[in-house]
Amino acid sequence: METPVLERPQESAQTLGVVDCDIHPAFSRPDQLLDYLPERWKAHMRDYAVRTANPLLGTLPYPRLTPGNGMRRDSWPPNGGPPASDLAFLQEQLLDEHNIDFGILQPLAAGSMAFNQELGAALCAALNDWQIDKWAGPEPRLRASICIPQEDVKASLAEIDRCVADGRFVQIAFPPRTLEPCGRSRYWPIYEAAEHYGLPIGLHTSAFGYRPNTPSGWTSFYLEEHFAASNSLQTVLSSMILEGVFEQFPKLKVVLVEGGFSWLPSLVWRLDREWKRMRSEVPHVKRPPSEYVRENFWYTTQPIEEPEVNRHLLDILRWIGPDRLMFSTDYPHWDFDDPRFAFKVPLTPTERSAIFRDTAIELFGLK
Amino acid sequence: MSAFETAGAIDCDVHPPSPRGADLLPYLDDYWKEIVTTREVDVLELMAYPERTRPYMRPDWKGDGDPLEQMQRNLLDPLGLEHAILNVVSGAHALFDPYLSTAICRATNDWLADKWLDRDSRLRASMLVPFQNVEAAVEEIERRAGDKRFVQILTLAMTELPLGRRIYWPIYEAAAKHGLPIGIHAGSNYRNAPSHSGFHSFLIEDHVAQPQGFSTQVASLIAEGVFTKYPELKVVLIESGVTWLPALMWRMSKDWRGARIEVPWVKEAPADIIRKHVRMTSQPFDGPDNAEDVAKALDHLLSDEMVLFSSDYPHWHFEGLDVLPEGLSADRMNKILRDNVRATYARLGD
Repeated sequence: METPVLERPQESAQTLGVVDCDIHPAFSRPDQLLDYLPERWKAHMRDYAVRTANPLLGTLPYPRLTPGNGMRRDSWPPNGGPPASDLAFLQEQLLDEHNIDFGILQPLAAGSMAFNQELGAALCAALNDWQIDKWAGPEPRLRASICIPQEDVKASLAEIDRCVADGRFVQIAFPPRTLEPCGRSRYWPIYEAAEHYGLPIGLHTSAFGYRPNTPSGWTSFYLEEHFAASNSLQTVLSSMILEGVFEQFPKLKVVLVEGGFSWLPSLVWRLDREWKRMRSEVPHVKRPPSEYVRENFWYTTQPIEEPEVNRHLLDILRWIGPDRLMFSTDYPHWDFDDPRFAFKVPLTPTERSAIFRDTAIELFGLK
Repeated sequence: MSAFETAGAIDCDVHPPSPRGADLLPYLDDYWKEIVTTREVDVLELMAYPERTRPYMRPDWKGDGDPLEQMQRNLLDPLGLEHAILNVVSGAHALFDPYLSTAICRATNDWLADKWLDRDSRLRASMLVPFQNVEAAVEEIERRAGDKRFVQILTLAMTELPLGRRIYWPIYEAAAKHGLPIGIHAGSNYRNAPSHSGFHSFLIEDHVAQPQGFSTQVASLIAEGVFTKYPELKVVLIESGVTWLPALMWRMSKDWRGARIEVPWVKEAPADIIRKHVRMTSQPFDGPDNAEDVAKALDHLLSDEMVLFSSDYPHWHFEGLDVLPEGLSADRMNKILRDNVRATYARLGD
């Protein structure tokens, strides 16, 4: 009697499409975004470029290991342009090839990190219009992120208001390396809006920021820098919980993107242990941190963790809860995860469909 | 209620009260005596590791009287410890004047020898050296190396520069030469903010963030090639929380497979380098609340050699031996309490 019950979901999970929570669309030519900017900012971009905390203008300070600043070598479209700049090739190489029903766009252009706050707001608006015009408009499987200039909260709220009626936007996006710890009350109006509209906040790791990439200053190498990027997501989680964000906004949903997840169980054990001892310092945190973690946070899976002993990944999955993890490819970057091979451990049919599809469908309200 | 034999155990993280300016005066020359007195260099306590605040004092350990006698009564005698390693987490790490820092480090080491090591033969100590003044740090190591009661060199999880940088290599060369591990203790000298988003609102956030400091220090030591250059060097992470390390091992080994062309001197997978060179003290232990999962979390290290017993006396982390989590086999416990410590601190056998 039980056998068919076990078999059926396994088969259906394999045939159902995947949700990819981290796709990076690119400009087909370096000045493509200018098409979406008003004249004033077009001229500014031409004359002054975008100034950010990246010490090098137009070059990543830690050179990547593959051409195109860390792209899959096979991801250059046959019709020209850089990887992930050609919708037809992205459809063929990513969406069709991997049976992706929905893909969430995560633009990495520097709108959120621009020193010039007004320019940052204009860049975010342009990015949002570009996502709809070039990607989510022509291809209904793709969904967009509302990019906001988070340091200018007023401008962020205006941009959310401008975009939110368009249902193709499924989350609000800004980088985790905020100028102040992102649980601080200066950012709360953004969280209030996100909760009000039922939109998750997506925080994608970023390659540079206002502060050094370690608590001991700047690393020398990409090898260290790449790992340290996940630390910014740990700060997001700790800061939001310990500043009391979820007491104020209990329905706020936060997605931590491209920072791995095997650091999470240890961090949560640590948070609970320290909270038991020091909760009088943070009386506004009413419950053990692990409870907010269970209710308010989700994680994308790429770059997938690769323990030396594969089955150790199962310990991590079960400590976190497979219902908190959402599959992502990071297309077209070099460390792309293939949904067929990413998990080297046997998942139950329920775990598999949660990670590859169901959790994201529900969280982002995809239909 | 400890279910295991602690006699002969070695405690790798015990804190004497930090010396005040007046305590150090006998060990300073006339110039520094005057500086310390007239410029009121007195309490040297890290903002990121404030030992006089409530989280650092177990209510039952407060009290007057001789701190060594208290330590003997509360810790050394009841647990039957063979050795305890004294760690002074000093503001000397954070002073900006490299010469003042040098003077304070030297005087603190003299004070440790005189007021602690000479009075109880079970005690050992970590040496303070000024990382702000590498030349003087090496001089201090050479001056002190003959005293085998100093068993390691102390620094912090969050420093001015990542610890792998070449500027620090003379310190590692001297340490390797004399069989001194580098002890990296929780704390920050606040040269850099402890997070990618600046300084935290709360002390609890600084505590929670310490593994970010430890993990990036280990990554730096590996990536810069310190362990390639000094194959005998050991690093001990003190008060790190323990269970965060496998995530670093997996992530760094994976990135190294893809990015090793950048660091051709790193010849082995970072996880293997970590198992050879990196050790962790057991307290505090960030663990799940059941024995089976604790054992699983430790299994992820793929080594029983890496954890060293510590009590963190007299800080609030200290919970007697109950601190060692359930889920440890007798064999694992023995290694943590004794064998791993002896294998790490070669000078304990001298």
